[in-house]
Amino acid sequence: MNSVATLTEILVMLALLLVAVVGTIAVLTRDPARQAVVLAVLGLALALLFTVLQAPDVALSQLGVGTAVTPLLIMLTVRRIRRGRPEPDEGESAEDGADR
Amino acid sequence: MSRTGRVRLFLCAAAVIAVAYTLACTGLPHFGSAVHPYGARAVAATLKQRTANTISSINFDQRAFDTLGEESILLGSVLGATALLRRTDDERLSRRRVARVLPSTRLFGTLLLPVALLTGIYIVAHGQLSPGGGFQGGVILATALHLAYVAADYRALDRIRPRELLDSVDAVAAGAFTCLGLAGLIASAAYLKNVLPLGTFNTLSSGGMVPVINAAVGIEVASGVIVLLAYFLDQSITTSPGEADGTDPSDASGTSGTSDTSGTSDASGTSDASDPRKAT
Repeated sequence: MNSVATLTEILVMLALLLVAVVGTIAVLTRDPARQAVVLAVLGLALALLFTVLQAPDVALSQLGVGTAVTPLLIMLTVRRIRRGRPEPDEGESAEDGADR
Repeated sequence: MSRTGRVRLFLCAAAVIAVAYTLACTGLPHFGSAVHPYGARAVAATLKQRTANTISSINFDQRAFDTLGEESILLGSVLGATALLRRTDDERLSRRRVARVLPSTRLFGTLLLPVALLTGIYIVAHGQLSPGGGFQGGVILATALHLAYVAADYRALDRIRPRELLDSVDAVAAGAFTCLGLAGLIASAAYLKNVLPLGTFNTLSSGGMVPVINAAVGIEVASGVIVLLAYFLDQSITTSPGEADGTDPSDASGTSGTSDTSGTSDASGTSDASDPRKAT
């Protein structure tokens, strides 16, 4: 390791730190619907990290699956489960797409 | 096993794994170094195969059999979700109101839908040249289609989404990957061998089998994700559990008379599920 950190190393460190912070927030969030949104942000942070690490292929996959599809699936599941309960939860369709 | 026993077992296993993992990591190349033994070999093989994107060459040529397994996992999970989420007898289709959408959202979606679709197709088609490929492009295609849901409502998405067709396209594309591998077996001695002419480096037709398998994977992933999301959307939006009101006469007759056929066969089940919705 060089004593002087290059710009790339600083960027990698910052991206890693961001991933660690957002990942911790995702773990500490208890409500699944909120967690899905935090998960989307985590996907974005991971995509940034992969881009900085010169892996654009993985970043693209992460962006599509981790930021769009997985949170959407979680939101839809949460909505379906909550609707089965006594109190009616009449969320509009725009609410589901808001995380994208 | 008692609680202390389980904790001791875990601690023993964790200690063994920690020691073995640390020993294994000392033999790894350093993080972020310019030269990597696997990277050097992979790039040399990629240049020999005249594929500009090394990742695609590894995924669809050098280690195509791995990718075949991964695509099978996706097909299997879509199949499993389809089987679990199909409409059962005690679930009814509910009428969907026309949703009110902000004009700016509608404009945004209408403008972005074709752009996003084009981006997806571009990324699938240029998988052998630039970052991206069948999987990434397929996911973009699938999510792009759902901009119709954001910009308008579920009925608009349903109109532009040929579901029965996508159900079978998913399976056909996954089968196409398997069959493409047989070409290598016929022309040469190895399954999934790159037997097509390699073409000129850094052109759309370069890489031999890579763009062909890429396209098959792109179609499979796109249709797979759309079908998967369709079943999730159906469950959370149009299906209401055990509510008898708001059902069509055709749906009521369907549940009383032909419920067995819609339950056992997937194809007839989806056509049953979509017909009343189109009528509403």
